[in-house]
Amino acid sequence: MAGHFTKKEKPKPEISTASMPDIIFMLLIFFMVTTVLREQEVQVRTVLPKAEALTKIEQKRYVSYIWMGPEKLEGRRFGETKVQIDDAIIDDLTDIRNIMYRKLTEQARLIVSLRVDEESEMGIVTDVQQELRKGGTLRINYSSKRDISNQ
Amino acid sequence: MGILAGKKPREEAKIPTSSMADIAFLLLIFFLVTTTIDVDTGIGMTLPPELDETVEPPPIKERNVLKILVNEAGQVLLEDRPSAINQIRAEVRAHVTNEGRDARYSESPRKALVSIKTDRQTPYNMYIQTLDEVWMAYFEIWDVEARKLGYSNYQAFRVDLKPGAENPIREIYPAQISLAEPDSGE
Repeated sequence: MAGHFTKKEKPKPEISTASMPDIIFMLLIFFMVTTVLREQEVQVRTVLPKAEALTKIEQKRYVSYIWMGPEKLEGRRFGETKVQIDDAIIDDLTDIRNIMYRKLTEQARLIVSLRVDEESEMGIVTDVQQELRKGGTLRINYSSKRDISNQ
Repeated sequence: MGILAGKKPREEAKIPTSSMADIAFLLLIFFLVTTTIDVDTGIGMTLPPELDETVEPPPIKERNVLKILVNEAGQVLLEDRPSAINQIRAEVRAHVTNEGRDARYSESPRKALVSIKTDRQTPYNMYIQTLDEVWMAYFEIWDVEARKLGYSNYQAFRVDLKPGAENPIREIYPAQISLAEPDSGE
């Protein structure tokens, strides 16, 4: 009978941590690949409008951005509406056609995403659009956020 | 000599791997924090190509065009009638799916055209809301068509469509939205 009670002591089950670094490395590599470090500083304010009929742009490498909005000044003040491409503010809008044409030769499936501040006026947006037509970059995207309040 | 010969064999040098996980964790946390997985969302449009000024644009029948005007105060004129923004959707749907029944609306979905015109002073926000309503009208039409084909909605139909294949729904109901050049507002 006594034999029944003096059971052999089992070794404590331990979770093997040997593969932990591998798991972490996997996660690490995933995030390293998906990370896009912010390349340029946006010098204009762009509070995007809200919309419902949204589509996603999956292919990020096709996208080129144009920012439009009031220029950020010192002390949280905002200046006049300016246009920014890459990291420079464009003063002469007629430069846009050449910039965009050059980008189009590099990436034939270019999509120009217009990140326009919701308080901007249509005049400047149309001027930029006319330049885009002259540059031949016809695929555009009005960048907008999902409207949460309606749903 | 005897001492040298009897030297204990050295232990093999080992790199401690216990801290490997910590190092990997630190890197992981860095990339976690810096990552922004925000997919750009927005309303896609295709601009018309630069026109040759000597070529006359093709004539379009008045009834096939639904004119939407947005002024600098954000007020909407739908076919010359003052309207609210939320009326646009129903009006566009009626216009596109008219099939020639009502003389005020389009002859057929393929001929139907929606024209949006703004002033130079129109706020961008109002323009996007108007455009959004027009697109939503088309999305609703496409949803109805997709349901007729046995899909739950248009999105499910799109996913099922082979890449590069023609889209039969958009073939029948193409979204033809024209962005007119704005008035100077004076």
